[in-house]
This record gives sequence, C-alpha cells and structure tokens, in this order.
Amino acid sequence: MSEETNKIKLKVYRTNYNKEESPHYDEFEVSVKRWTTVLDALLDAKSYSDSSLGIRYSCRMASCGSCGMKINGKPRLACYTKISELNDQTIVCDPLPSFPRIRDLVTDFTEFFSHHKKIEPYIHNEKVPIEVVNKDDLVEFKQTPEDVDKYLQFSYCIKCGLCYSACPTVATDTKFPGPQALSQTYRYMADNRDSGESTRLDIIDDRHGIWRCHFAGSCSNVCPKGVDPALGIQLLKGHLIGITKNDKKIATLRSKEE
Amino acid sequence: MGIKPNSENTPSTGGDIKLKSGREGLMGWLNPTRYGWERVSYWLQRLTGVGLLIYFIGHIYETSSLVNGINAWNSMLELTQTTGGHIFLLLVIGASTFHTVNGLRLIFTESGIGIGRPGRPDYPYDATSLNYKQKSGIWVAMLLAAIAMLYGGMVMFGDVS
Repeated sequence: MSEETNKIKLKVYRTNYNKEESPHYDEFEVSVKRWTTVLDALLDAKSYSDSSLGIRYSCRMASCGSCGMKINGKPRLACYTKISELNDQTIVCDPLPSFPRIRDLVTDFTEFFSHHKKIEPYIHNEKVPIEVVNKDDLVEFKQTPEDVDKYLQFSYCIKCGLCYSACPTVATDTKFPGPQALSQTYRYMADNRDSGESTRLDIIDDRHGIWRCHFAGSCSNVCPKGVDPALGIQLLKGHLIGITKNDKKIATLRSKEE
Repeated sequence: MGIKPNSENTPSTGGDIKLKSGREGLMGWLNPTRYGWERVSYWLQRLTGVGLLIYFIGHIYETSSLVNGINAWNSMLELTQTTGGHIFLLLVIGASTFHTVNGLRLIFTESGIGIGRPGRPDYPYDATSLNYKQKSGIWVAMLLAAIAMLYGGMVMFGDVS
C-alpha cells in the first residue's frame, strides 16, 4: 500500500564561526510522509542535498537527548517531532536558544552540564560503602514503590536541554542553574536513599538560584519526557520556605543475606 | 579536540573551536507565545509590575506637588482629567487588578500548593504543574482586570459615580 507523500520546505540555520561564515538560512525541498520526523527530513537533506549540514543526533527515539533544536519557534527534539503535527509547509530549524552555537544546528552543552554537576547529582549517603572490596559486602536500599514514585518522574530526565532553552530566566541570567539542574535537586531531595539535602539546598538557595524562577512553566511545556521540571522547582521552593514538608525517612540498607 | 569552559558558568571558547552565544536576552521573555498560558501570565506579571513601579514613582511626584501649594496640586490633577489621563488610569486599574490577583495565584503555586504531586508520567506527558486548577487563576485575574477596567471606564467616561 503506497503512502501519500508531499513536499515541504525545510529552512535550516547555517553558520560556521570557524570559517567566519555569517549566519543565514538554507532551504531544502524534502519529500515527507505522514510519519516523517524533522530529523528524518534533516538527514534526507544532508544525504541528498548538502552533506556539510551540521546536526547532532544519536538514538532517533527520544532517549539520548542529542537532537534538541528550535523547530518552528519552539525547542523540540527533532526525532520526536513529526512534520505532520506541525501543520506547516515550511519547517524552520534553528539551534537551541541559550546555548552557545558551534556550527549550524549544533550547540555547546558545557555550561548546561556544569550547572547539572554543580548540584552534585548523585546519592549522598555516608552508609553507602565507597568501595566494595568483597562481593559479600554488597548491600542495597529498601525502597517501597511509593518511595520510588516520589522521584521517579524527575529521574526520567535525558538532559536534552529543551527546558533550559525555553526558560525565560536562563535567557537573561547566565548564573541561573536552569530548570534541569533545579528539578534534579528536587529529585535527590525526594529520594529516600539520599541524605545530602542541606548541601544541595545551600547551593541553590542563592541570589542567582532557585528564587529567580517565577513559574513561567515553559520548561514543563517543552519537556519531551514528562519530567515536569516546574513541578519539582515549585515543590522545592515550598520546602525551602517551610510550606511543604519533606518528611522522608532515610532508607535502611539491606545486606545480601537479608 | 575538546571544548573547555573558561570558567564554570561562562560559554567556552576553548580549543580551536569558536563559539557564539545563543542567549536570547530580553527577547527571550518578551515573546510570550508558543509556551502556554503560564508564560503569558509570567510576561503580563512582569509588564504590569514594571508599569506599576513607574506609576508609583509618578504618583509620588504627583502628590509631592502639594507642598508647592494648592495651585500646583490642581494643575497636576488636571492632567488626569484629560482623555489621555483617563486611558492611563484605566491601564493602571487593569494592571493593578491583574498583578494582585495573579500574584495571589503565584504565592500559592510557587509554594507548591495547587500544582499537583509527582507521579509516574504517561504519554502524552501532560505536565501536572500546568493543570487547569492553577491555570484558571490566570483567566480569573484577566477577567477581573477587564471588569475593573470596564467599571473604571464607566466612572471616568460615563455617568456612573
């Protein structure tokens, strides 16, 4: 059964600062079907029209978070956005806003990851053995499904940077950690294996920290994984001002024999 | 070929790769479209906030004219009795009503109240925090601002006293 195809115009932001190339848009005509994604269309243009087109991608299934870009004015994953859902005959692709640009649609995530690293995104718990010498020393935390539900949604973050680029505060404040880092702070605060709450709250309770968020909700609006960073950030603010309580009891360890 | 930042929070220009900032700056928040009602509310809250601050400074200047005598005060009052002055006051009424009501909504939502609880996300991943319960606060704020402006307009331009 043949599937209906139609032609769309793909407008792609092009630049190469290493070659002093001034920014401009290149246009490609691409044949698309109902299920063609923006990434498919870009790869089509790269394969058959201009092989120098710079795109970053990997998994093609919204798991790696590499192909984030501004598509028709909004940050989206190219592999997760079907041309048909955009209802437009012209698809405009720009690099992600708020990220330094390297070439064409490829941006630099160094600053974004440094914000993520700053909140120490790993389990803080003195009871966890730093080094396991003997396999018999292996232990695990006891967690109920209810305990997991408190942070699971935030752990689905793939660090694609869409929330960061949609945030209006990030657009004007380079020191603001951004929705990704702040929601991960909540993720570890809600995790009952972690006891590093005060360390992280000291990091984000800063002049350029969590209080610069004013609930524009754009981060949650663009998140492709249902992480809802705005929810985590507001709950964290409520916790900092003492309205919502985090009454978690640190999970106990279970040895291999138990 | 590595890309290393100059410092912890500044864009990198390391190695032989040249970068250019992609930060949108003020343009990043001046455009409230495409991100839903919460972004519109964020935009309006800022605009009305800045507008009311300017009005507040003007208001202090206006009332301070009283120290120069009753004539100075009356001439200042005449400014508000023109059509332009009425339209300006209408905008102040609308801005203060929206800013107050939406501000109350934000006090609750930014304290983690009325935005739902974390859970397992299901496709199509509608964000819990962007629920209709808190979103309706934006519409109520807009509606009340419109009603206040309508009543203010009737008082200033009509016969209602």
